[in-house]
Amino acid sequence: MNFVVCIKQVPDTVNVKIDPKTNTLIREGVVSIINPFDMYAIEEAVRLKEKLGGKVTAISMGPPQAENALRDAIAVGVDQGILVSDRAFAGSDTWTTSYTLSMALKKIGDYTIILCGKQASDGDTAQVGPGIAAHLDLPQITYVRKIETVDAKHIVAERLMEDGFEVIESPLPCVLTVVKEINEPRLPSLKGKLAAKKAQIVHWKAADLACDSAKLGLDGSPTKVMKIFTPTPRQGGIIFKGEPDQMVARVVEKLKDAVIAAAS
Amino acid sequence: MEDTSIVVLKEKCVGCTLCIKACPFGAIVIVEKLAVIDLGKCNLCGACVDACKKFKAIIIRKNEAPKVDLSVYKDVWIFAEQKGGNIQSITYELLGEGRKLADQLGMKLSAVLLGHQIGEKSAELIQRGADRVYVVDRPELAYFQDEPCAAVLVDLIRRHKPAIMLCGATTIGRSLVSRVAVPVKAGLTADCTGLAIDPHTGNLLQTRPAFGGNIMATIITPNHRPQMATVRHKVMKEALVDPKRTGETLIQEVAAAVLQSRARRLKFVPETETTTNIAEANIIVSGGRGLQAPENFSLVRDLAEVLGAGVGSSRASVDAGWIPYSHQVGQTGKTVCPKIYIACGISGQIQHLAGMSSSDIIVAINKDPDAPIFKMATYGLVGDLFKILPLLTRDFKKALKK
Ligand SMILES: Cc1cc2nc3c(=O)[nH]c(=O)nc-3n(C[C@H](O)[C@H](O)[C@H](O)COP(=O)(O)OP(=O)(O)OC[C@H]3O[C@@H](n4cnc5c(N)ncnc54)[C@H](O)[C@@H]3O)c2cc1C
Ligand SMILES: Nc1ncnc2c1ncn2[C@@H]1O[C@H](COP(=O)(O)O)[C@@H](O)[C@H]1O
Repeated sequence: MNFVVCIKQVPDTVNVKIDPKTNTLIREGVVSIINPFDMYAIEEAVRLKEKLGGKVTAISMGPPQAENALRDAIAVGVDQGILVSDRAFAGSDTWTTSYTLSMALKKIGDYTIILCGKQASDGDTAQVGPGIAAHLDLPQITYVRKIETVDAKHIVAERLMEDGFEVIESPLPCVLTVVKEINEPRLPSLKGKLAAKKAQIVHWKAADLACDSAKLGLDGSPTKVMKIFTPTPRQGGIIFKGEPDQMVARVVEKLKDAVIAAAS
Repeated sequence: MEDTSIVVLKEKCVGCTLCIKACPFGAIVIVEKLAVIDLGKCNLCGACVDACKKFKAIIIRKNEAPKVDLSVYKDVWIFAEQKGGNIQSITYELLGEGRKLADQLGMKLSAVLLGHQIGEKSAELIQRGADRVYVVDRPELAYFQDEPCAAVLVDLIRRHKPAIMLCGATTIGRSLVSRVAVPVKAGLTADCTGLAIDPHTGNLLQTRPAFGGNIMATIITPNHRPQMATVRHKVMKEALVDPKRTGETLIQEVAAAVLQSRARRLKFVPETETTTNIAEANIIVSGGRGLQAPENFSLVRDLAEVLGAGVGSSRASVDAGWIPYSHQVGQTGKTVCPKIYIACGISGQIQHLAGMSSSDIIVAINKDPDAPIFKMATYGLVGDLFKILPLLTRDFKKALKK
């Protein structure tokens, strides 16, 4: 079986801070990491391979430095990394990103399960996974919190909903997007780190993918970013210190009306 | 091939560095008093073009005119999310917002209602502001399934050509509309917290947080229709009921092929832990590592019960196994936007803040006066939660006469 994980390199938001003077993001020293949800997708793919046999391919669309993300994936058990990178892809929205990734997946060809993270921590859209499924006309199971069974033709998985979970059966191939609950990602082993260092990352450009150039990058994207701005920073409020009963009395007084309003 | 998608005009650039400050991707440097854009990092977002208004030294290659006639696309649509035949509160929020947009554009507001034996719910949508309700009533749609619901929506959009289509940024909404936007080649903006109409172009201005709420972006879909967006729960005001309102209910027939689903739902298991879904809760009481042990979550639950609140948690309490993952708030959990968020024994790391910083009122209880959560808090209580929480529960009980 062939498991393909789509991973995105994102800035590590722990370090993304706003410069109080210029009111812009401080990018210095911001390291790039694999999107947190994608770590769970990688781990699940590697576990599926360990149980069922086969191969795990990680694919990432992004600038040349996204190669590092693919090496990190190899360090935790992925067999092969494919970097889909071309200046023609710059400015892609989720429509064109999922189109480009679906064309790369077509080139890979014999995928059994395609795994994505629930969403990327930079854009937070959760649109690329279902978008890939739509482009490839595959069934999808989103928000997967557990894979129950996989056989040659079917998968049964639990999908986390706001008010419980669903058990869904889908024929293969299909697309999954996973949430954090699904597993506990492993740390890279020494062997894995070595493999990551030595691995040959496959590079694909637009011309390698037989894609329609009108569906790529900024021009192909239906949405356009018109403006980016920093939200007005939240003002700190009133801090109470001292005896608990007095603090509580004052806070209850302040909150009472808001609580009553919220309840109606 | 030389890349000309974004260029700095050498004769106009004065090296003022305004663009560097505006660039969210850190892609610009000044070399010999000239801005130089690292195309490997540039995302063509245009923030620098805005910042350089004064000198007009940066230009982005603009898209050519739309290829389709946009004027045939009319009306504002909302997807009426229902579960078990009950219209979900997000639907009322969409109707409230959709009504405003439709009025501004001089268009009709339509709701799309998919389900089985659901036709009578149409009246409810009309009373909350819909001029028209498209109903597809089929056993295959009795509960939400991605493939048939998406295919039906695609079918209806192609038939009736809406200008705008709004949907809740819920689990169902996000799974569904991403599948719809692809075949109709629509622009889709996720998790919007602000919607407005551009008075000049009539385009929908879709504002949404990115980078965990560290930056905001306004996104448009200038050349494609419909303009699709998912909308964050609890941000927009619910439409009120007006029993006198009238509207049309249009039953739509769809072909059997459209209703097919390869994936099948075998069962649904409701969560029993708490009844309030935190994405919908107006008040959330959240517990963190400061609770120290799973049984102490009862302090949080007691307060939540008195307030009619949902129970949330930090990742630390979920990872410790004190409470199920579905309660986790933050970057790798849920994004919530309640009227009141009460954080108990939560330090307020940026990944947690990413999920709750847009709450109206934030109350923090923490014994460490330097905890980062206090920088966010509307009301901060420095002290021991084991003393404070029972008192809060007691006093609110009294104040609310429970
Ligand atoms: C990729 C990634 C994703 C993440 N995603 C999330 C996420 O989605 N959500 C999330 O919450 N976190 C997330 N985290 C983790 C986050 O960085 C923090 O580790 C986590 O939020 C800390 O939880 P906490 O505040 O409960 O615990 P701590 O940071 O340990 O804070 C406990 C607080 O309780 C206070 N306290 C202790 N005892 C008492 C007492 N008796 N009375 C009053 N106060 C007391 C302490 O002063 C302290 O401030 C993520 C981390 C990473 C790396
Ligand atoms: N550029 C990309 N390259 C590879 N995978 C991606 C990319 N963008 C998004 N994905 C996948 O799609 C998921 C959802 O991303 P998003 O829709 O951007 O929130 C991510 O968790 C990844 O699995």
